[in-house]
Amino acid sequence: MRDVAVLGVGMTKFGELWDRSFREIGIEAGLQALVDAKLSSGDLGALYLGNMASGSLIDQEHIGPLILDYAGLGDRHLPAVRVEGGGASGSLALHQGYLAVASGLYDFVVVGGAEKLTDVPDATGNQITSSAADHEWEVVFGGTLPALWALIARRHMHQYGTTREQLARVAVHAHAMGAKNPNAHYRNPVSLEQVLAAGPVAEPLGVFDCAPLSDGAAAVVLGPMERAHRYTDQPIRIAASQVACDAMAVQHRRDVTTLDSTVVAARRAFEQARRAPADVNVAEINDAYTISALVALEDLGFCEKGRAGPEFESGRFGPNGELPVNSSGGLKAQGRPFGAVGVAQVVELVRQLRGEAKDRQVKHASLALAHDVGGTGATSVVTLLERGS
Amino acid sequence: MSIARFWRETPRRYNLGGSKCTNCGTAYFPPRSVCPTCARHRESIGKMVPFQLSGEGEVYSFTTVHEPAEGFEMQVPYVLALVRTVEGPMLTGQIVDLAPEEVRIGLKVRATFRKLREEGKAGVIHYGYKFAPVEETAVRPPGGSRTAVGTPATPEGDRAPA
Amino acid sequence: MEAGIVSYGAYVPRYRITPTEIGRVWGADGESMGQSLNVHRKSVPAPDEDTITISTEALRVALIRGAIDPQQIGAIYVGSESHPYAVKPTATVVAQAVGATPHLTAADFEFACKAGTAAIQTCLGLVGAEMVRYGVAIGSDTSQGAPGDALEYSASAGGAAFVIGRDHVIARVEHTVSYTTDTPDFWRREGQRYPSHSGRFTGEPAYFRHETECAHHIMEVAGTTPADYRHVVFHQPNGKFPQRVGKQLGFSESQMRYGLVTPYIGNTYSGAALIGLANVLDHAGPGERILVVGYGSGAGSDAFDLTTTDEIAKFDRSFGRPVQSYLDSGVELSYGVYAKFRGKIHMGGS
Repeated sequence: MRDVAVLGVGMTKFGELWDRSFREIGIEAGLQALVDAKLSSGDLGALYLGNMASGSLIDQEHIGPLILDYAGLGDRHLPAVRVEGGGASGSLALHQGYLAVASGLYDFVVVGGAEKLTDVPDATGNQITSSAADHEWEVVFGGTLPALWALIARRHMHQYGTTREQLARVAVHAHAMGAKNPNAHYRNPVSLEQVLAAGPVAEPLGVFDCAPLSDGAAAVVLGPMERAHRYTDQPIRIAASQVACDAMAVQHRRDVTTLDSTVVAARRAFEQARRAPADVNVAEINDAYTISALVALEDLGFCEKGRAGPEFESGRFGPNGELPVNSSGGLKAQGRPFGAVGVAQVVELVRQLRGEAKDRQVKHASLALAHDVGGTGATSVVTLLERGS
Repeated sequence: MSIARFWRETPRRYNLGGSKCTNCGTAYFPPRSVCPTCARHRESIGKMVPFQLSGEGEVYSFTTVHEPAEGFEMQVPYVLALVRTVEGPMLTGQIVDLAPEEVRIGLKVRATFRKLREEGKAGVIHYGYKFAPVEETAVRPPGGSRTAVGTPATPEGDRAPA
Repeated sequence: MEAGIVSYGAYVPRYRITPTEIGRVWGADGESMGQSLNVHRKSVPAPDEDTITISTEALRVALIRGAIDPQQIGAIYVGSESHPYAVKPTATVVAQAVGATPHLTAADFEFACKAGTAAIQTCLGLVGAEMVRYGVAIGSDTSQGAPGDALEYSASAGGAAFVIGRDHVIARVEHTVSYTTDTPDFWRREGQRYPSHSGRFTGEPAYFRHETECAHHIMEVAGTTPADYRHVVFHQPNGKFPQRVGKQLGFSESQMRYGLVTPYIGNTYSGAALIGLANVLDHAGPGERILVVGYGSGAGSDAFDLTTTDEIAKFDRSFGRPVQSYLDSGVELSYGVYAKFRGKIHMGGS
């Protein structure tokens, strides 16, 4: 296995992209990444595309060749593979691309993530995305993604004393960061009072506790580290890429307040990179729901189980804290185009490690962690990125 | 949702039929063909047997849902809960016959039979379990123990006296 | 007759609405309407309840109380005028939900408010002929009156299930007779959402004639007089009609005490007389004689002459709620929530 580097990154604006089609946004992100990598499409070996539900959302399956074709690569006959893992589809695609380059099968691959959620009404979008939970034993009984995460939240509050205000802090933080990100779906700061006063979705979660349904695409170009300097002055090494799965339904988890998939993926990632949680300087974590972020901080090893609420409140994970998280605005403010999320996390972290994050730049960032979750935690992907020496 | 897909699960959705690993004794709902506890050692293969849940349990966590799942529009706001059954398995289901503000963790509940959703005005109606507070469903004998509501007798079940 | 009631269970949904609240919406004096009907509250099913769920809940209670193996049930008949499907039986879902499938016969009955008593008679025949060990008869409804119509003040929801058998009979059926004519007092045409009725014609030529003729007939067959009965149960479309018919026949208030439940839960249609009978059985000891005279529009009456046995003293009623608790409790709804629960609000979309 050889070391793999991120050579280029690109992404579209996230949000309500009414005048742009799925294939348009997919191509835009991919071409940006290729240009950023100073690579020509002739150098590519394969395309991996993370996407959760194109068939239900835009009546289009078989999207690998579709994107390849409209990227002008149809006559190159490259393998183009769609990867699906609920909301973690993008990170799973990255994992596949990483494996392909690390193994030596291909030298250069594009990993994209794209989702078009505004082509269906909101209720339909919520119904389609809820299929990342267990349809037969959760959704059929009235479960939705926010409702299932609310079950986790209520139990977390019961067991650890986590407060409604601590949950709300996660949304306040996300919007503050989103305001600094030109690609973010939401660029408006919100106050704690606004979050608390917003209408309920699934109590204790309200409107501001839930990430939006967004359109968007992101892409990265991966290549072997040993050849990275030919293409970029600042190659970013993938120090670890790990996937872990768990029971499909919340009701079948060992502990309702813990995502074992995250615990295990993080443990494997730190082992692979021979690093520890304390070494991480900047992180993009899953905050699809405010409770998701608190649980993630605990399960990734950044704080003790049950302590994320008060530690988040203390500012430890804020822009000037010990470990700034979600400088992009996270899923909550940057947006949540399901299949694009995990790739966009890597785009943000590469920009942070290169020092290109402008007014949301985290100081002295050298080791970054991306954490992506599918459904209510049946899949977790943890990626560690390191500034090349 | 296709008719066949719902129909084939009616024994579980109507009557809480689960499974039990005869190797380690753990009960599961819905039924499984391999025991997650014993699977890695292959010891449960061929040793899973049908197991009847009583439908009794307590609320482990809950949420009041305001933005409903498809087909639940007429029921908002509704309470969805994780219910820990007395036999061990955790189930996801609605809490009915109680105001949302009265639901709490630890509340004793029992399975009840309700409409889950309708496939539009002309389609089939899906039925299944929900949970109601025990005090709403029955006046229980002091210290008494009962079989599941409306479930077939099982060797494990303790039958009420004739 | 050897066959009789082996077990029973009743179920009434949790919600209630008052005639005053209904009248408020229609600019009517609901309070005096309620007084004239002798209906103080009526039950309302939750949006996820229907005749199938009510029947199932009632039967589950009956099976546990009687310690009856569902696989020993040979027949299930559900009487209702509000079967959720026009075509597809209520009884098959109930049978599956109590674990009685597949070796049994099942069917739905419809005879306005007396489909449940007709089901009991059918089960008595099957059990008496030893064709089945247990027959289940259920009367259950989620009846609807058209908004603003007089029926809206009384039409409610509830049901009761009776297990008919020969072993451990708690109430022996001494006699049963019926009285049937073609009388169009109340109907619902195919495809119509709400029933229609013929106003005051529903009184003398319909309810009163059938109830009194049928009651006279069974007492003639049985050689009894009203004084021989400890309890009497009539069909009860409101709280007034059964009181009046009881008086006409020579029954006292105390004989009607337990059998009259409509003033507290409204008219549960196919469930009405049967919930009244369930309440009587909740209170009865051994050797008490009970007269039940049901009525269904269209029209007909079924009468039963019952005597409780020594078995009723051993009968375990501790599982499930007594009828009295349904009469005493409930959560009152506004008309708006009632309209939502009963599907009277036109929703958008498909």
